[in-house]
Amino acid sequence: MLTYQFDWSVVTSGKYFEWLVSGFKVTLQLSVVGIVLAFIVGLLIAVMRMSNFRPVRWFALAYLEFFRNTPLLVQIFFWYFGSYKILPTAVNDWLNSTNFEFAAAVIALTIYTSAFIAEDIRSGVLSIPREQMEAARSAGFSYLRSMQYIILPQAVRITVPPLVNQFLNLAKNSSLAMTIGVMELTYQARQVESYTFKGFEAFTAATVVYLVLSTSITALVHIYDKRVLNPNRAV
Amino acid sequence: MDGLFNFHVITDNFTYFMIGRFPHGPLGGLGLTIYLAVVSCILSFFGGLVLGLLSLVRNPFISYPVNLFINAVRGLPLLMVIFWMYFLLPALMGRTVPESQTVIMGLTLFTSAYMSQIVRAGIEGIPAGQTEAAISTGLKHWQVMLYIVLPQGLRNMIPSFVNQFVSLIKDTSLAFIVGVSELTHVATQVNNRTMAYPTEIFIFIAVIYFFLCYAFTSLSRWLEERLAWRKAI
Repeated sequence: MLTYQFDWSVVTSGKYFEWLVSGFKVTLQLSVVGIVLAFIVGLLIAVMRMSNFRPVRWFALAYLEFFRNTPLLVQIFFWYFGSYKILPTAVNDWLNSTNFEFAAAVIALTIYTSAFIAEDIRSGVLSIPREQMEAARSAGFSYLRSMQYIILPQAVRITVPPLVNQFLNLAKNSSLAMTIGVMELTYQARQVESYTFKGFEAFTAATVVYLVLSTSITALVHIYDKRVLNPNRAV
Repeated sequence: MDGLFNFHVITDNFTYFMIGRFPHGPLGGLGLTIYLAVVSCILSFFGGLVLGLLSLVRNPFISYPVNLFINAVRGLPLLMVIFWMYFLLPALMGRTVPESQTVIMGLTLFTSAYMSQIVRAGIEGIPAGQTEAAISTGLKHWQVMLYIVLPQGLRNMIPSFVNQFVSLIKDTSLAFIVGVSELTHVATQVNNRTMAYPTEIFIFIAVIYFFLCYAFTSLSRWLEERLAWRKAI
């Protein structure tokens, strides 16, 4: 260790710097596409979970339990290696014509994260007192309009911090996409390491990027929490 | 092949999935997954306890760096932590470190940071009146923590610890990356050898993980109800 020669120029300029930057871009792409899709699916599952129709509710419950209690890595491998047998031919053809590694990673990340988001949304809705709905209904709003104007606007405000946390989790989890060859940040850091033997520098660079991402987003949530959710609290 | 799926690949390799080459070789498969999860869980319980207590110390020269460290680890992907261990452990210890130990250290470090937040929340959840009452009876600060606050706090933390153990079981799958032959690694091996049955293999191990994790998730829910303090009203 003492004889190790540090060479930070490897990761601050030139080809390897560009590899890391492109890796960061892929990480961001995975995270942003993933969170948007996961929010849509998660909202759907949350609504199904609260439905009065039992089969729908049970389906949502099975979905939640199964995908939350299975490792993400196994889900990624399933979609990448094993999904062709259960998907229709047309879907397989379409997936193979696109960037399949990226698509498989997005599918796995979306489904995994949506299960967590659905529970966040549900607990957001459940945290709104029942009287709000009763008051809205007695004021003449229909069920859907009460949801639209009274319940959901409040629930969404409460759900924003957990959702942002899920976004961060997704960004961190997207590092697993390297196992199927998606060239995101961790993958590129490892590439730089194997090309230059400067593993310490390469992993420090990737670590700093992840930390800046998570620290800045956590700080934003903190501000949101203070300004929007609890503007009147003293501390 | 008759039908869409062929689960012979599972029955043929069943013992390999469960224990690897165990009686004649090292433990692998599901057995190794459970071993990794249990050892890391025990270690990170103590790691989390120490970090959690240190992060609450009044002296900012102790609590500030500890909190910084906890937040840094929580901001990183587990994969990154495992790679760091893979690099740093041999350099720090001056010898090669077996992959399974690397993974255990990585999982322990990572999970300790999360456990410390559970410990912290558990301690902060005990009303200040308890501490004040204990101090007024003449106990010292460390005695208050050891005999009054922690016993009550730890009880409240149990369900969260079980949840963390479930995450740990799922996280052991990352040991695959550094070549530790736990369940996921065994699955990819069998998949590479047999080529034709990836769907069957990955559905099978997903189901195994699911039953294992679901059992503990249910335990945690049951404990949460069971351990809830009876409220006055």
